[in-house]
Amino acid sequence: MLSRVADSLYWMSRYLERAEHTARLIDVDLQLHLDYGAASGTAHWLRLLEALQVPVPDDENLDSTRLAYAVTLDRTNPSSIASCISAARENLRQVREQCSSEMWEQLNRLYLQVVGTPKGEDWLLYSQLSFRGVQEGAHLFQGITDSTMSHGEGWHYIQLGRYVERTHNLARLVGIHFSRVMEVLDLSVEGDEYLEWVGLLKSCTAFEAYCKKYTAELRPLRVAEFLLLNSDFPHSVRFSVDQVHTALRTIGERTERKADSPIRLAGRLRANLSFGQIDEIMADGLQNYLESIRNLCAQAHNSIHQIYFDYPVESALVQ
Amino acid sequence: MFESPCVPRSHYQGLFRTLLELPGEQLRKSQQAADLSFLHQGITFTVYGNEQGTERVFPNDLLPRIVPGYEWQQVERGLTQRITALNLFLDDVYHEGHILADGVVPRELIYSCKHFRREMCGLAVPRGIYVSICGTDLVRVPDGSFAVLEDNLRVPSGVSYMLANRKVLKRVFPGLFRDYGVRSIDHYSQSLLATLRSLLPLNCSGRREPTIVLLTPGTFNSAYFEHTFLAQQMGIELVEGRDLLVHDNIVYMRTTAGLRRVDVIYRRVDDDFVDPLCFRPDSRLGVAGLFNAYRAGNVTLANAPGTGVADDKAVYAYVPAIIRYYLQQDPIISNVETHILTDKRQRDHVVENLDKMVVKAVGESGGYGMLIGPHSTAEQREKFRSVIETEPRNYIAQPVLALSRAPCFVEGEIAARHIDLRPYILFGEHVTLVPGGLTRVALRKGSLVVNSSQGGGSKDTWVLRG
Repeated sequence: MLSRVADSLYWMSRYLERAEHTARLIDVDLQLHLDYGAASGTAHWLRLLEALQVPVPDDENLDSTRLAYAVTLDRTNPSSIASCISAARENLRQVREQCSSEMWEQLNRLYLQVVGTPKGEDWLLYSQLSFRGVQEGAHLFQGITDSTMSHGEGWHYIQLGRYVERTHNLARLVGIHFSRVMEVLDLSVEGDEYLEWVGLLKSCTAFEAYCKKYTAELRPLRVAEFLLLNSDFPHSVRFSVDQVHTALRTIGERTERKADSPIRLAGRLRANLSFGQIDEIMADGLQNYLESIRNLCAQAHNSIHQIYFDYPVESALVQ
Repeated sequence: MFESPCVPRSHYQGLFRTLLELPGEQLRKSQQAADLSFLHQGITFTVYGNEQGTERVFPNDLLPRIVPGYEWQQVERGLTQRITALNLFLDDVYHEGHILADGVVPRELIYSCKHFRREMCGLAVPRGIYVSICGTDLVRVPDGSFAVLEDNLRVPSGVSYMLANRKVLKRVFPGLFRDYGVRSIDHYSQSLLATLRSLLPLNCSGRREPTIVLLTPGTFNSAYFEHTFLAQQMGIELVEGRDLLVHDNIVYMRTTAGLRRVDVIYRRVDDDFVDPLCFRPDSRLGVAGLFNAYRAGNVTLANAPGTGVADDKAVYAYVPAIIRYYLQQDPIISNVETHILTDKRQRDHVVENLDKMVVKAVGESGGYGMLIGPHSTAEQREKFRSVIETEPRNYIAQPVLALSRAPCFVEGEIAARHIDLRPYILFGEHVTLVPGGLTRVALRKGSLVVNSSQGGGSKDTWVLRG
């Protein structure tokens, strides 16, 4: 497979995952604040922007509409939903002969739907409906990809992109939520606190899955354990890292390249999560732990880039 | 379509009856569905210099153009003859130059052509085939027969629209399509692949399966959709210049599994941009060193560089003579009458009758540098008169053509529009024409310009079995 093509598939997948993540976060957040009443104002939007690593717009009259616009439709912000979907589509457009036509048509439809969002005054109301649409569109794309594209090398780059992005996003989101509390307790929470934790779980589509495992009694320590270490749930850090590792190993076998470094990095992360204990992680400091996950993730990304996408010609001629 | 008012030609009767019975509303709905399907599939072409609307759907007209089988046979024979002769001509021009020595084609005409590539001289190309992929523009002249308006021997495009139109029409008129006995065109991609396979370079990498790639200028090219489409249909890699590199005169592509040798390149990049070391040094679309690898016989470029010398508008006028010279046959499909302005007698005739002529600059395409006599002002004619006198080599003149028309569905009703026809010819082990082609339509009323960038569209072309 051409390096450029692999690169595009990888990034297409990362962008789409990011768009879906953003749409879900906003969707959950808006729902949550219906329960809080009107008082919340711009504060929760600012926190949302931080979780999404979106720079606060340089604007004098910052109101919630302006902030919401920044994360959703603002094309000048490279992390907005519209920008991400457009970048995903542009990446796929450059390699469209590599994917199935069904995949291209779905992503193109999603793109047309997002850029077609009316710009009038009630756009926010409209977009609340369309946040759901973006998530559904992304899920549909994933399903179409899995059932119409050969699960060959290209498909593994798509997997890789999705789960590298997801690991990163999860680590960040969990970090921000836990930074609010002084101590992570193994005790049930109530009231507004309860809503916050529900919000976190729902932002990871994890509320129902959590309840199945631990019942609806929410304990922050259990939430942390579930989102970090659960091996079966697709939006847990451990599950995502497992997928990254599997994809890297398969790609390594198929290309027969010497690719020790990213596989080793992902393997180390995987072992760490597989054998980790939540008590120990808390004792060593959750934020440090998350920080190290994000770092390993970034290193894996860089070495993938160097080995498969942009290697020096000399190294390839020697082989 | 019609023989005389309200009497359709025999091969149009089926369509005529269907249209009479079909409610206009349904046709409108079908057109909408077709447009939407084109948009969703992203069957678009790129319009340069417009941020939001960089992609536009290529307008498709729902009513098919029908060509009876006996007429197609004539086209097939004629174009086979033409491509054979033009390849012999290119081979001769880049080697001994007999035709020039015999004075059939003036030597200065060849050497003054801006598409003549000195670098190609004396170079043996696989099978001696320079033009392996060709799209020839045909028009119907008043006596009802087809004539060649233009040969496109460099990088002809549009074939994907031919295939996409067919797919849509099969859905819109399934019954009509079946009853008509339309010949299939679906095997085009397969034939193209076979053609490319037959052109292996002299030093092919030997035992292993040859690697064939399609070289595209990239997503910003107006025909990018077509490049992706063809690569996908053939199952070959679509590469950009940055994916390829040349080492020791061997072309490689950069893959995730390391470098892989490339044997045949179906290039959709113009000569000028193919290799910055050999042609335009500012090109970022090509591959440095590609031409040397080609000269060394390590890779095939299809079409070969330098084929533009044979579709120069002034050389065009000599094609009938070229056919007679190499094949000792009369041309089966004639040319449109063309005046060579370096000839004093012809020049005088043209200058006296400028208001009845179309004057074209030989090096231009897409409707630039043109004078359409009947629609011109005295001032424009005067300007052309003087440029013709000073640079006669750069212009040719043709009498104004009455292009044939066909019914089209425009703005909710059926109306006649001017059309041409571009069949696609492949030349590898043998010459192949898929029975069909791109019928281009000038969608603006009265317009004679069929280019997509100037409000043109296309329609499906049905070649019948009988």
